[in-house]
Amino acid sequence: MSYFWVIVALVLVLGIAWRFLGSYMEAVFAGRVRYLAWAERPVYRLIGVDPDVEQPWQRYAGALIVFSGMALLFTYAIQRLQGSLPLNPQHLGAVPPALAWNTAVSFTTNTNWQNYAGETTMSYFSQMAALTVQQFVSAAVGIAVAIALVRGFARRNSPTIGNFWVDIVRCTLYVLLPIAFAAGFVFVGEGAVQTLAGPVTVHDFLNSTTQVIARGPVGFMESIKQLGTNGGGFFNANGSDPFEDPSALTNFLSFALILSIPVALTYTFGKMVGNRRQGVALLAAMAILFGAWVGFSSYAEHQPNPAVAAAHVVSQPQGNMVGKEVRFGPMQTTLYDIASTQTSTGSVSGANDSFTPIGGFGLLTGMMLGEVTPGGVGSGLYTILLFAIVAVFIGGLMIGRTPEYLGKKIQAKEVKLASFGVLVMPLTVLILTGIAVSVHAGRAGPSNAGPHAFTEILYAFTSQANNNGSAFAGLSGDTPFYNILGGVAMLLGRFAIIVPCLALGGTLAAKGAVAENLGTFRTDTPLFVGLLIGVILIVGGLTFFPAVSLGPIAEQLSKGLF
Amino acid sequence: MPETPPRPLASPVAPGAPAGTVPASPLAGHHGPRGVAQARSLFDPEILRTALWGSVKKLAPQVQVKNPVMFVVLVGSVVTFLEAVAHPSLFSWSITAWLFLTVLFANFAEAMAEGRGKAQADTLRRTRAETEARRLRGDGSEERVPASALAKGELVVCEAGDIIPSDGEITEGIASVDESAITGESAPVIRESGGDRSAVTGGTKVLSDRIVVRIMAEKGQTFLDRMIGLVEGANRQKTPNEIALTILLATLTIVFLPVVVVLEPFGHYADLLTHTHGQISIVVLVALLVCLIPTTIGALLSAIGIAGMDRLVQKNVLAMSGRAVEAAGDVQTLLLDKTGTITLGNRMATQFLAVGGASEQELAEAAQLASLADETPEGRSIVVLAKERFGIRERDLGEGPVFVPFSALSRMSGVDIGPRSIRKGAAEAVRKWATSQGGSAPSDLDEAVERMARAGSTPLVVSDGGRILGVIELKDVVKEGIKERFDHLRAVGIRTVMITGDNPLTAAAIAQEAGVDDFLAEATPERKMELIKAEQAGGKLVAMMGDGTNDAPALAQADVGVAMNTGTTAAKEAGNMVDLDSNPTKLIDVVEVGKQLLITRGALTTFSIANDVAKYFAIIPALFTATYPQLHRLNIMGLHSPQSAVLSAVIFNALVIIALIPLALRGVKWRPTSASSILRRNVLIYGVGGVIVPFIFIKLIDLVLTATGWY
Repeated sequence: MSYFWVIVALVLVLGIAWRFLGSYMEAVFAGRVRYLAWAERPVYRLIGVDPDVEQPWQRYAGALIVFSGMALLFTYAIQRLQGSLPLNPQHLGAVPPALAWNTAVSFTTNTNWQNYAGETTMSYFSQMAALTVQQFVSAAVGIAVAIALVRGFARRNSPTIGNFWVDIVRCTLYVLLPIAFAAGFVFVGEGAVQTLAGPVTVHDFLNSTTQVIARGPVGFMESIKQLGTNGGGFFNANGSDPFEDPSALTNFLSFALILSIPVALTYTFGKMVGNRRQGVALLAAMAILFGAWVGFSSYAEHQPNPAVAAAHVVSQPQGNMVGKEVRFGPMQTTLYDIASTQTSTGSVSGANDSFTPIGGFGLLTGMMLGEVTPGGVGSGLYTILLFAIVAVFIGGLMIGRTPEYLGKKIQAKEVKLASFGVLVMPLTVLILTGIAVSVHAGRAGPSNAGPHAFTEILYAFTSQANNNGSAFAGLSGDTPFYNILGGVAMLLGRFAIIVPCLALGGTLAAKGAVAENLGTFRTDTPLFVGLLIGVILIVGGLTFFPAVSLGPIAEQLSKGLF
Repeated sequence: MPETPPRPLASPVAPGAPAGTVPASPLAGHHGPRGVAQARSLFDPEILRTALWGSVKKLAPQVQVKNPVMFVVLVGSVVTFLEAVAHPSLFSWSITAWLFLTVLFANFAEAMAEGRGKAQADTLRRTRAETEARRLRGDGSEERVPASALAKGELVVCEAGDIIPSDGEITEGIASVDESAITGESAPVIRESGGDRSAVTGGTKVLSDRIVVRIMAEKGQTFLDRMIGLVEGANRQKTPNEIALTILLATLTIVFLPVVVVLEPFGHYADLLTHTHGQISIVVLVALLVCLIPTTIGALLSAIGIAGMDRLVQKNVLAMSGRAVEAAGDVQTLLLDKTGTITLGNRMATQFLAVGGASEQELAEAAQLASLADETPEGRSIVVLAKERFGIRERDLGEGPVFVPFSALSRMSGVDIGPRSIRKGAAEAVRKWATSQGGSAPSDLDEAVERMARAGSTPLVVSDGGRILGVIELKDVVKEGIKERFDHLRAVGIRTVMITGDNPLTAAAIAQEAGVDDFLAEATPERKMELIKAEQAGGKLVAMMGDGTNDAPALAQADVGVAMNTGTTAAKEAGNMVDLDSNPTKLIDVVEVGKQLLITRGALTTFSIANDVAKYFAIIPALFTATYPQLHRLNIMGLHSPQSAVLSAVIFNALVIIALIPLALRGVKWRPTSASSILRRNVLIYGVGGVIVPFIFIKLIDLVLTATGWY
């Protein structure tokens, strides 16, 4: 399939997901889909929850923190104890504490930053019970937060925003499990491995070498890895390992899975607030930025690699092939990596480190915009809603009305929560990067020199604070310093945004609605889409411009304009 | 016949009042029609002088700390000052000076805004000169006490020439009162005991007759006291929206702090990587921080708020709180009294409709004759209409005509001239009278009468003896231009509801003619209240205007309640604004001022943030070119040197405050168009313009600095 047709097919598939998955999710969270009620009920009984009792935002947030905390401990414990646990054909020992901490935080925050090589660090049990389980539930947590925030907009004078336990159970049962299960068969059918038998050892008699080929329960992990915008692969090489992404079909399926829920949630949002155009507006802002970044980075990677050109060895008709997935070429590799960096997935199909400086700039800045284009499952929607509140506030003032969004007045409390939520991520990235470049332990990380070294550190914290998890590579991250600091970045980037979001949901739900009329600032028009894009770019630009000018911009400009 | 005099909003001066001898009040004399609102130019030299001094006084830390953005600038200027002392250079001293000036400019903006209010308050204070009151003792005798000694509930006597010592209600008597000290309106008004015109205000002057007033205000709580407090902004509190914006600005400021601080380790690391020595100095970092934080809006924010209140005062409206002004911008439903706001308040003759074969001219002539002695506005309008339509002049009637005045019993009036007996009046009454004169009603009379009633007009039937000539149509005349105003309001999403005591039929006709969106006929205070509550339940903000005591609950319930100054004390206390002119059309002005206030804030915030783009392009290359020479390409303005670039950005940042003071004080223009077109316009001017303008001016400043040869 040519690049063009890949994009056409992707748009088609996403359009279908937007319309049908979107309305399906609305029905799921409204409690109208009950075909798995028989499976739901025992879960509620087990955790002692009455599914008919809703929670105010404080209880909702409390339940979420307790749940994530337990999940963190559970994931940590399994890694530490994996030597004594079953399904460990390679007899791998306990994961070291700092790495186990980093990995536990990484998977419970939907980040999937991996400071380890899966095939040589994690037992099958750890991969399945610790990591894959978190790939489901951490995705469910993100979606639940988005739904709870949207309920805040949709409800009038309501003291509650839903029930956390019900939301994650329904999300897992009705949305994530069925789709991941079905997609898993495609991965396996196309050749992704799925076995509990250990690695195979192959003797090549011709060359008299022995090779150990890693295997494991890969195929079904792969489907939730993409669907839940997790990104944590079984193997170190992630999506560029043919056992993970065996064919052009699975490569295409990866694009579709990564983008479908974040895109569909905008429809769910529109339906919940009773105006689909509102959802379309958010989707348009997401799509325009996404498209711009794909176009920009594709162009950059279509350019020949200057180092290769200087060597006069080969011509480069396809552009910069260095570090690309050779089976799919530079364009699809770029699309894969852009999709994955802009959805907080973080799975990779090529070596991000080997992108041209300005192509790498595309990957980096895609995350710096706050993972809203379209962002991770749930997190993309709730974060862009924070940006929308800021945009509405400034735009609303400019038309001479107390700003309101979806009928809810945006006042001091909302502005406080939204601006806090928007700015946590840039602050985390900048401050932690500042610490890392100031101390020896941090400076020891990068393997390159010049501005590229700085980019490697900046990328690591940007990726973790955005719960993306993609690695720029080139940074030796498995050190106590980076493991611990990275864990902090991931926790802040996740929960310091989630809690304000839920508080916002609670405040908004408690409010009545303002009637809409001609004087209302319309938030379903191209003008608003433009304003929203402007706010996203300005916030990202103003906070990160100095940093990126010391990284990819300095590096690119040293080679002349691209 | 004299032309109909313009009807004052309060009742006209009673006959016998010494209208010609109205002494000019200390205020009324020199500034025409306005009371507290004296038209001062934006840059009145006196205010300028006070503001210059005020901007220095405001440097006190306890004042500065209230404005987080400018406080950061002040701290920054202290830091660069210390650095300049430690390592003196022209550059660091220049930066220090300009940062300090930035703070002063912000103070100056606020002092300018306050100056206008202060000047007005001073004039008002002069009227509050200590007056003597004639307090009534229990036994009816009088004693003279200072006004300040009066307590609530006591009775005082005021006669012609006395200044009313405090706010109160007339319990006895009627008087004409000169209220120009408060309203600026020099025509005296009538105040009388009982009813809705019994309230008097302290500081106003009795011109005729004698009244007994019951004091209704505690000491220091009089209307005049509150007015002084308001125009002076003594206890100005931040409005909800201002608080929300301050939070956003504070957050931006807090964010830029680490953005700038980490540049030190970032730059140091870059030096390490490239084995160079960068130029990152604390002075440049402070300069960058100040340029990035939203100083423009931070400096002008409070000035915008004060100036907004001041603009209302210029329109002779006193807002009891900034919150009310802000709410006015949000109003979605306007309740307007029909009489005085939508219609001129008098029914006027608009048509002669002849019946039973009589000609229109015949009818007009008879109608004019019957109305010659009728001094009511309706009567006069009939005379005028006959003159306009048929050129029938008033004439000398010769042998003593006998006028028959209107009485509630006969429900008609008319004239007897010789043998002729002409009557005009209610259809039933005139028909009965005509029958008694031996005539009969023409067959087309009923239809004509009914058609007029259905159109909301009042039919007056005219009969010459027993012969019924036709019907005069009396109509409530809608004010000229009011329909366009309502159209404007509709365009910005404000619904207008007409309130009237008329029957639904009449109300519907007038509502249609005036172009209001809805009406409430046969309105009672209770029904008004219900309407307000129903609108609010639907999520709408409601504004209304009222004057009577029975309006008070509705005024209190409405989100914006404007009480007329002629109204009762109860009404004035219930509302959150008082209109000194008592002009019901003011509501529309109030809404405009409220909107303008928010727009100005939003526009300058956008401008301030948009400016940052250019400042980055000035300062980032300056910071890092020593480390990465290739970053020189980011110097797209082609600024002369790193030092001149940084200084140019700082100078621009300071001067833009001064340049925008007039805009902050006047407010951004507001036009009644749809929200989208207002937004598009403002985004274009203040957003896109805010990105472009600093590129131009920073370059120009850099050229000037380069020309001096110092950088």
